[in-house]
Amino acid sequence: MSLKESTLDPKKAIFDDVLPAGRGWAHEVKRGQIFRIVDLEGNQAVDTVFYNARDLDERYSATDTIRAQGNIYLTTGTLLLSGEGHPLLTIVADTCGRHDTLGGACSAESNQVRYALEKKYMHNCRDSFLLAMARYGRGMTKRDLANNINFFMNVPVTPEGGLSFEDGVSGPGRYVEMRAEMDVLVLISNCPQLNNPCNAYNPTPIRLLVWDP
Amino acid sequence: MSTPTERVVYRDVLRGGQAWSRRLQRHQVLRLTDSEGRACVSAMFYNARDPLERYNMPDTLKAQYTAFLTTGRVLYSDMGRILVSIVGDTCGWHDTIAGCGDAAALREHFGEGRYQELRNDFHRNARDNFLVELSKHGLGKRDFVSNVNFFVRASVDAAGGMSWVPGNSKPGAAVDLRCEMDTLVVLSNTHHPLDPATTYGPPPVELVIWQGDPPGPDDRCRTSRPENGRGFALTEAYAVEMSR
Repeated sequence: MSLKESTLDPKKAIFDDVLPAGRGWAHEVKRGQIFRIVDLEGNQAVDTVFYNARDLDERYSATDTIRAQGNIYLTTGTLLLSGEGHPLLTIVADTCGRHDTLGGACSAESNQVRYALEKKYMHNCRDSFLLAMARYGRGMTKRDLANNINFFMNVPVTPEGGLSFEDGVSGPGRYVEMRAEMDVLVLISNCPQLNNPCNAYNPTPIRLLVWDP
Repeated sequence: MSTPTERVVYRDVLRGGQAWSRRLQRHQVLRLTDSEGRACVSAMFYNARDPLERYNMPDTLKAQYTAFLTTGRVLYSDMGRILVSIVGDTCGWHDTIAGCGDAAALREHFGEGRYQELRNDFHRNARDNFLVELSKHGLGKRDFVSNVNFFVRASVDAAGGMSWVPGNSKPGAAVDLRCEMDTLVVLSNTHHPLDPATTYGPPPVELVIWQGDPPGPDDRCRTSRPENGRGFALTEAYAVEMSR
């Protein structure tokens, strides 16, 4: 794991806001701008999808991203690729060390399968994504939901093919920072999952910042 | 694995580079056979009646605590239901994390391979093949999902590094896929970009479809995990709703 700090000053950010747990967020970041997500209290999964803001059919591709870099974990230097093979953003700083892109997002339906049929009422990432998309407009629906990134989440895969959800590679105040390589739409669900350790059973707020180049 | 010849409804051979799609009925079984070994059949799956419901790689892996597919495992949709069960497998490991190649990745690997020079031996790639087949069903880029790569094994080391495992699929290896709902199956028989092969030439893959039986209460896929028991219950309830 490689840790890299940023020199950017939060006082100079043009956007600085806190997103509570369980909320969705859709926001455009322009080419060249720097976007930072801060895990304020630690061990909070931040489910995130990126789109080309000019052509929403072009979206983040988890499998193209990991195939191109030959590694399943995301960290400083990772190019976040679209399905067209174009870089949407580049990770330029990371004080967590690695981020998941195989774990996907929770939904009412997958919670039923994974935990119990009566879990369908529980709040989940996909509902936050769909509400943020609907409010953003431009006709986005579930059809536009690509497999996401889980910033700060730990989903180790073993050489024998095991896969699990584990507590904690992140901690309070750790952050990841990316440079937009084109105008991008950022779609976030600040994960409300209470059935597994992805949020340490205590979903917490995150801070979102944007700097001009 | 034997084939119930009297129940076979379809046979075909996918040539190297070829794409294929078909709507399969619930409980039909599709067998893919890697006749020569080292094939890569990239696949996407959709609910044939409502393609907005589609294969979901993360939900499939999370529900079964696995990073690969083999007998006893199932392929989940994004709606908590089972599209396909793996009811037989003589290969042992099928990939669903390594994605598939596009024209640029294949050109980088194998050099230029245009139709203009090579005619029907040109270098077809999975992404373009999927775009063509999806379009036949009114689907497109927005409907792309993280795919399955049958007969492929990509190993992941402790640092997350991915590598191609040679010799994963032997000549004659086969995998049997039973549809648990009416399923649109889209296939591309094309090299994976991680394949260290130096010349383009995907081997042929045999396809057989037969009318299978509904899974019983002791079905291996149903009982392999409590999650799958719930997945089958939700899928069977949906089938009842759809039949009314």
